[in-house]
Amino acid sequence: MKCYNFPVADIFTIGIGGAAGDGAREAGYAFGSLLAELGYEVFVSLANPSLIRGGHNFTRLSFSSEKIWCDYIKLDVLIALNEETITLHRNELEQSTIIFADELTPAETAARGANAVVLPMATAAAAVGAPAVARNSVALGALGYLLALDFETLQKILQQVFKDKQPELNIKLARLGFEFLEKTGRVIFKKIKPNQIKKELIDGNTALAKGWLAAGLNFYIAYPMTPATSILHFLAGEQKNRPKLKVIQPENELAAINLALGVAYAGQRVAVGSATGGFTLMQEAFSFAGGAELPLAVAVSQRQAPATGVPTFSSQADLRLAIHAGHGEFPRIVIAPGDAEESFLAGAGSLNLAWQYQIPVIVLMDKIVSEHPTTSQLATDQIKIESGKTAGQTGSDYHRYQITDDGVSPLAFPGTPETVVKVNSYEHDEKGLTTETAELVKAMLDKRFAKAKILATELDRQETIKIYGDKEADLAVIFWGSTKGSVMEAAKYFDRPVKLVQIVWLEPFDVKKVLAALADVKKIINVEGNHNAQLAALIHEKTGRQVTKNILKYDSRPFDPIELAQQINAFGYE
Amino acid sequence: MNNLSTAAKITWCPGCPNYAILVAFRQTVEELIKTGKIKSENIVVGAGIGCHGKIADYLNLNSFTALHGRVLPALTGIKCANPQLTVIGFTGDGDSFSEGLEHLIQAARRNSDLKIFLHDNQVFALTTGQATALSPKGYQGKSTPAGNLEEPFAPLSLLLEAGATFLARTYAGDIAGTKKIMAAAIEHKGFAFVEIIQPCLIFFDTREYFKERLYPRPENFPIQDKKAVREFLAQPNDKTPVGIFYQIEKPTYEEQLWL
Repeated sequence: MKCYNFPVADIFTIGIGGAAGDGAREAGYAFGSLLAELGYEVFVSLANPSLIRGGHNFTRLSFSSEKIWCDYIKLDVLIALNEETITLHRNELEQSTIIFADELTPAETAARGANAVVLPMATAAAAVGAPAVARNSVALGALGYLLALDFETLQKILQQVFKDKQPELNIKLARLGFEFLEKTGRVIFKKIKPNQIKKELIDGNTALAKGWLAAGLNFYIAYPMTPATSILHFLAGEQKNRPKLKVIQPENELAAINLALGVAYAGQRVAVGSATGGFTLMQEAFSFAGGAELPLAVAVSQRQAPATGVPTFSSQADLRLAIHAGHGEFPRIVIAPGDAEESFLAGAGSLNLAWQYQIPVIVLMDKIVSEHPTTSQLATDQIKIESGKTAGQTGSDYHRYQITDDGVSPLAFPGTPETVVKVNSYEHDEKGLTTETAELVKAMLDKRFAKAKILATELDRQETIKIYGDKEADLAVIFWGSTKGSVMEAAKYFDRPVKLVQIVWLEPFDVKKVLAALADVKKIINVEGNHNAQLAALIHEKTGRQVTKNILKYDSRPFDPIELAQQINAFGYE
Repeated sequence: MNNLSTAAKITWCPGCPNYAILVAFRQTVEELIKTGKIKSENIVVGAGIGCHGKIADYLNLNSFTALHGRVLPALTGIKCANPQLTVIGFTGDGDSFSEGLEHLIQAARRNSDLKIFLHDNQVFALTTGQATALSPKGYQGKSTPAGNLEEPFAPLSLLLEAGATFLARTYAGDIAGTKKIMAAAIEHKGFAFVEIIQPCLIFFDTREYFKERLYPRPENFPIQDKKAVREFLAQPNDKTPVGIFYQIEKPTYEEQLWL
């Protein structure tokens, strides 16, 4: 077995901690943007309790010249905006970790020597008349020195990063930090060259929303709930540039999804979004979308449950909830992106597929995919708007639920002359009138499941699973959703050939491709952020293949790539 | 010309006042179409779940039969998506005062441009006779054999405070009166709420009770004076006034959304 020296040589990790309200989150995003602008690959994670003031906020960034899939626990630099930060993160420090703090205890200074840097952040902010929260910029300047940047480059990027937030003031503070460190003659201990390609620092929620917009989203309707709330904020802000985009926050989740069904009936492309808790409130209407064949895109972001659970931390415990959502049987799609780039594609795909098949489509995310920004390239040129099957000539003989070979009936909307469009939450005939006759009940169910047959052919065209790593290996690691990041990063440290299989489409499940991917695989390790190994059970149910080992984490925190690599490398020696 | 009837077989109980509501509504809509005030393709009829909800099947008009209690948000969505549509919702006291009350008062609060016709029979009829939030205290239903313990809401007072901009009450048996009020509600811009008293012949027959008590509200009624309307509706009254009680102009939610 291989051993690893911490910290990892070509990856740099910074932690920023402070009380809620100290700006650790904003500073993390500013640092990340700065690094992305420089051409680094960046992953930013945000750990914040569910409160506005007083708790501990911690932002962590790992960056490198190579693609970085998730952040690391062990820190190269810790920026402590309060004393508690050092105590809380002591286990994540190495002897080589540099600490920036306004004040350090004599014991700390004695123990860490030159790595304990008393950086007068608060004093500098006060001296230039900036609010205390701006003291982060002093640390930002100091970090620039550590990265061997010249100040001019730094200044140019800061101008951009802070373009809406007093750039001059922040640049002044950054200069103080830069010069302070310059005077100490602190040596740079890691040299990581940035990339040539500049990428966008973006989280999954924003990428998903951009995907929806690329696919022609007109309405987003949501009640706020972490970790889905930032979709609502982003799209609400987009309205000023897009007069046809409407964002509505109604009284609750039930109102949100029922409003959305009205919007879809009237012919506008609509999406709703919530955390899994909010989504459970939408179940009856989700089923209505399935039965009444109303096109609807739904973003569902998981957080640690049951009940209110751990609101601002992550989970993968709702795979089964998503694929079985809503009472009754009807076709639906569940796509689980593993990062921001996939969230963009899933967003666009969800809206297009919803309209092509007149079904509800779920994009299943989690706190990590939703909220953690990472450097990405969104495939904006790949997206077309698919309108689905619309009725050409309509008239008094229009039947909203006309039975067709592929199960998809031509769509018409209210307001069409001579045409009556009837939608019904009861089982209905082709016209949309309520029915209870056995023949019609069966015929309409068959009609809806005719779409599922066509969907099966859709699987061949879609990237329903993705394979990475050593494609010939007889050991496979399987995963879905945000665990992709941890597994891909851990794979950098595997000591043997491993095939990596990501399940992107959870429903319909691509039995053919999964069986093919696992055909030459002898042992399977399943990595999941839940207690019950839901993916492993699903794979067994659908393909008969059983996993050899489950690596599960259900403490609401992400997998650390090094720890995960060690667990996978230990496989066979246990 | 759109014939407003459909192939659906009407399954209300014989003699149910819902028939009268259906007749009044068809005639009202036919007249509005005939006089060019409205195009039939621009009408959307919403319905909830309950005896009232069957009406959508009996109207050859665009319709959206929602889930129980959820007709209000569905209709708000329709109106937001296409403000050219005239959006009319039928609901029941179980559907909008027991199950979906939050949506009813929130839609009134935002002055959503919807016309809501409440079939008020003060009972869950389709589920065979339980108390709703509008059943009187003491009502003996299958789930309250010793009598309902709860006081009912006063629908018009509640909707007035919530923010409705048109409030009226009518009696289902009075087709002419109901037509007038339906037309006024449909032509009102903003959230219009009409309580239609609709005795349930099977589970709560109040025909005799109302026969003695119904009277037209006083003429020269201050329909724009919220305070006066509030006081009138709140004062103890052994009788049941009908007519238009309140009507003001206010920007609608949907016109502000599309401003």
